[in-house]
Amino acid sequence: MARGFEPQIATANDLLEGDVVYFTEEGLWSRDIAEAQVAQTAEAADALFAQAGAFPNQVVGVYLIEAVLDADGRASPAHFREAFRMRGPSNYFHGKQAERRTDV
Amino acid sequence: MYSYTEFDRDFVAARVAEFRGQVERRVAGSLTEDEFKPLRLMNGLYLQLHAYMLRVAVPYGTLNGRQMRRLADISERWDKGYGHFTTRQNVQFNWPKLRDVPDMLEALAEVEMHAIQTSGNCIRNVTADHFAGAAADEIEDPRPTAELIRQWSTDHPEFTWLPRKFKVAVTGSPNDRAVTKSHDIGLRMVRDAEGAPGYEVSIGGGLGRTPMIGRVVREFLPKAELLRYLEAILQVYNLGGRRDNKYKARLKILVHEESLETVRARIEAAFAANAMLLKPVDPEIVAGIEAAFAPPGFEPAVDAPPFVSAGLRAWIDTNVTAHRVPHYAIATVSLKPIGGTPGDATAEQMRVLADLAETYAHDELRVSHEQNIVLPHVPRRHLPAVYARLREAGLATPNVGLISDIIACPGMDYCALATARSIPIAQEIAETFADLDRQRDIGPLKIKISGCINACGHHHVGHIGILGLDRAGVENYQVTLGGDGTETAAIGERAGPGFSAEALVPAIERLIEAYLDVRLEPGESFLAAYRRLGPAPFKAALYPAEARSDAA
Repeated sequence: MARGFEPQIATANDLLEGDVVYFTEEGLWSRDIAEAQVAQTAEAADALFAQAGAFPNQVVGVYLIEAVLDADGRASPAHFREAFRMRGPSNYFHGKQAERRTDV
Repeated sequence: MYSYTEFDRDFVAARVAEFRGQVERRVAGSLTEDEFKPLRLMNGLYLQLHAYMLRVAVPYGTLNGRQMRRLADISERWDKGYGHFTTRQNVQFNWPKLRDVPDMLEALAEVEMHAIQTSGNCIRNVTADHFAGAAADEIEDPRPTAELIRQWSTDHPEFTWLPRKFKVAVTGSPNDRAVTKSHDIGLRMVRDAEGAPGYEVSIGGGLGRTPMIGRVVREFLPKAELLRYLEAILQVYNLGGRRDNKYKARLKILVHEESLETVRARIEAAFAANAMLLKPVDPEIVAGIEAAFAPPGFEPAVDAPPFVSAGLRAWIDTNVTAHRVPHYAIATVSLKPIGGTPGDATAEQMRVLADLAETYAHDELRVSHEQNIVLPHVPRRHLPAVYARLREAGLATPNVGLISDIIACPGMDYCALATARSIPIAQEIAETFADLDRQRDIGPLKIKISGCINACGHHHVGHIGILGLDRAGVENYQVTLGGDGTETAAIGERAGPGFSAEALVPAIERLIEAYLDVRLEPGESFLAAYRRLGPAPFKAALYPAEARSDAA
């Protein structure tokens, strides 16, 4: 890993539903951040951004975010804004935090 | 209330059909997001953090029972069963799906509502005093003026692509409940020496990153000249407003950079030209609009029953305001239950409000910029029944104007622009000061919270303003003191360094304790004490460590 480079993942909002999605290893968009493809170098991040940008009629507003990785290499957001996007609002049990439970 | 003409109905229906086509083309991929985004924004559709958000206009905050019930239905059918009432007298749905939005707009159009010009660089929904037509201190109902401006500005071909958004507010009372001084144009209805009706016109007000109090550009504008004069202001702004920097694009910056005198001279020149080029508004049209806002047929006075319960009395003391008809009352329904989300109402609550308006209150409701709902015309004899029903629905919190009646923008719980959360801060403050005796002892106090510098939560004009920021990846809250959104408008002053989310509410508690210590008598409000003493004792309470080291 290049020195000083934070791991990055690509995120966007789904065109039809508007909800938060992450770009996966398989080159698809997932609702689950655990499936996000992680870029470990600046070059990989550029490639990830380019690859994720190829779905203009499926997702809106693609951008890269900094991630922290757990022992298994799974990503979670480094910044609180992205943590809220991943979870949902704090005043109601709505959004991803509610959906995850029913998906199980 | 104003009812759509055939023209209005056709226009709104055509707009829904047009947007339906645009959504279909976007979904099919024949419109790119860059092409679609300005089109959806013109129809009130944003993309927020977790979902789309549909912002629906409630022109000058007025709606009837049928419209409120329709908002309830929409929230259940296409959203999550609630609506969020905003500081712009709009209502927002936080969870629509793109494909459903044309159906939502169609359902709105059926009850004469729409989402047009609730976004984009155009003249936005015109706001007005939420007590319009009911207030005891009113000179004239501001809503016919607001409706006239709505008709003039909707799809105005010259003003659809302004340098930036443009906001107009109207008040018909000397007591400014519409925050007119923080709008691009603020209109205050006045009379000249001969008693002829007109407007005092202020321009260049605004909050956001460069807060400014509007300045009077015309002491007296005859009523019949309104649109030609507004047209002149917009022409001057459209030509002179900066398009190179969106943060410097509002009218307030033009006034600030080029001076009020220069802008005034240009407006007067354009106004003189308009007097020759533009026909005055047809008085018949104006008369027709004014007739639509004629007061309801007030019932004759009857003996009101005695108010018995302490709960009812407490609610009347805080939430009921004098009506211009003595045996009527204006009832403000607080959407600020302790621990709740400011401005939110469930579908069931919206239906209760619709029922109450229809049953007891001449079928009228208002949305206030303070994120409450108003029943403007309640015969006093019905107050006990209204209160009982509100209580059942969890809508009877007697806190209007008190410390827990907090304005808060959606903040980072929803908004893509936010830099920190607002709602949990409002909830924590309300819970900390939940005791109503304590709230009443503290007295009138306006806390306003914004989750970013754009100031949707009006923090600059809060007696205590709170601004949420992102400081090195952590939520941080700046406190401003001494702001005022009324006729004595003032921008609050920043008290000092920001607070962490954990440290903020204890600091607010210290601030309130300091106020209670220094006030001359219980009748001296927080704002009055601040104006008398200046910031020093309040800063010392917010920053005790610094105060100690200064003293050492």
